[in-house]
Amino acid sequence: MEKTIKKSWPTFAAFVVGFLWPFVQGLYLSFCKFTTVDKVEFNGFDNYIYALTDGEFLHAFWFTALFTVVSTVLINVLAFAIAMALTRGIKGTNLFRSVFFMPNLIGGIVLGYIWNILLNCVLTLLGQPLMSLSAPYGFLGLIILMCWQQIGYMMIIYIAGLQSIPNDYLEAARIDGASERQILWRIKIPNVMPSITICLFLSLTNGFKLFDQNLALTNGDPRHLTEMLALNIYNTFYGRSGAVWKGYGQAKAVLFCILVIVISLVQLKATRSKEVQQ
Amino acid sequence: MNTRQSVRNRITTVVLAILSIAWVYPIVMILFNSLKKENAISTDSAFELPLGDAWAGLENFQDAILNQGFLTALWYSIVITLSSVVLILVCCSMCAWFITRVKAWYAKALYFLFVFSMVVPFQMVMFTLSSTANKLHLDNPYTICIIYLGFGAGLAVFMFCGFMKSVPIEVEEAAMIDGCGPVRTFFCVVLPILKPTLISVGILETMWLWNDYLLPYLVMDRTKGYMTIPILIQYFRGSYGRVEMGPMMASIMLNIIPIIIVYLVCQKHIIKGVAAGAVKG
Repeated sequence: MEKTIKKSWPTFAAFVVGFLWPFVQGLYLSFCKFTTVDKVEFNGFDNYIYALTDGEFLHAFWFTALFTVVSTVLINVLAFAIAMALTRGIKGTNLFRSVFFMPNLIGGIVLGYIWNILLNCVLTLLGQPLMSLSAPYGFLGLIILMCWQQIGYMMIIYIAGLQSIPNDYLEAARIDGASERQILWRIKIPNVMPSITICLFLSLTNGFKLFDQNLALTNGDPRHLTEMLALNIYNTFYGRSGAVWKGYGQAKAVLFCILVIVISLVQLKATRSKEVQQ
Repeated sequence: MNTRQSVRNRITTVVLAILSIAWVYPIVMILFNSLKKENAISTDSAFELPLGDAWAGLENFQDAILNQGFLTALWYSIVITLSSVVLILVCCSMCAWFITRVKAWYAKALYFLFVFSMVVPFQMVMFTLSSTANKLHLDNPYTICIIYLGFGAGLAVFMFCGFMKSVPIEVEEAAMIDGCGPVRTFFCVVLPILKPTLISVGILETMWLWNDYLLPYLVMDRTKGYMTIPILIQYFRGSYGRVEMGPMMASIMLNIIPIIIVYLVCQKHIIKGVAAGAVKG
């Protein structure tokens, strides 16, 4: 059995090239001033000090956090509601399921442009400023776009969770005289807790890491007000020339990375503890 | 009771039907706009049908395919997606086999690293990854699959490991006793058992790879004209001043159509694959 060690080296080699080495180098470079990886000058914590005092970065943080909270709540509540409706055995369940899932197959850039055109048209007809001129509308647009895309995905996971609840539980509850609401809160939700864990994890990390949709829908306009963390980091890296910016960008990226890791760990711990054994 | 329930079901059906129209409409709207003439596409007329003067037939599609490099982008997208998915499936399933069957500290450490890489955002490694890829000449559509194997390994290994744990080791031991080497055991015994997971992982990775924008944009050498479809669509907006809306809409449609065809053909597998992937994770 130990011979199999020889067969996992291609993955490991690619992993080193595609993740480990860039990650370690990225950590190191966040303490440096550089334009390419060969011209590096150590400058300690300067990059971090800049990143933490950069108003745009802090704004991007709050914007991202607000976006993630709102979108996570909306996506999960709506997806759960649709999943409940689709597990009642009404006609056309399969068709509805397919339609709701479809946007997930389309990429973020394309989705961003589709909604950019659609929402700008709605705003023009309503006589409101375009998304690239008004940050609140940009925020709203991002929320709508994310809901439209992600509800289907989460719905699939919730449906799988709801269908895995043994029918005996529901029957027993009905015989004992439980109302529909009691069944929902006492039986269904505790039993789909594993699905809730996954969905919360996915929507939180997707929200924080959002890049493509942000780039295509608003591109940070107006004046970086709808810029999320990932896009802010990207713009710091590639939007400006000069020796210092790449170091700042890398420091921001490290902070961003730590933030995402901490959030996912806390969330997994919090919801895992609420799961019940079937 | 029964009539009340059927009324409720009918209301639910109506609500869902309205919602699904809202879900389909944006794509229909893009289809209409892609059939309009360039000057008829503007922010206040996006909802109008392509009738009368606005009707452009398939002009935009022709333009996108012939003049805007859509076919090259399509070819590169297909090459990258196919090569990366195959490579990820073969290599990561082997790697997961190794991790679950070898009970040693380094196997556990490796597993931990793979899971860790799933959470790390791409922005953390984007600069160093693209410079590493440049140095190792992994910056063209035919070798970028190695980068994808490295960066996309986390999810695949994680899912394969989750499934592999429930496969009884006795089957493999029986094969070994019957004289199978490790390679044959893997391909003739383990891989067939893994088939449902292979489909799930394949679907999830395909969805990611086909639509990925930033990684190929940063890693590939754009001066040589290497573009995937998402990069091409972003390019319409990005580089030159005036946005050519017509060909852009047509490219969006040309990007969506194959996805929808594939989806219609194997939606059962896709939906099952996503559900299975999430439950394992």
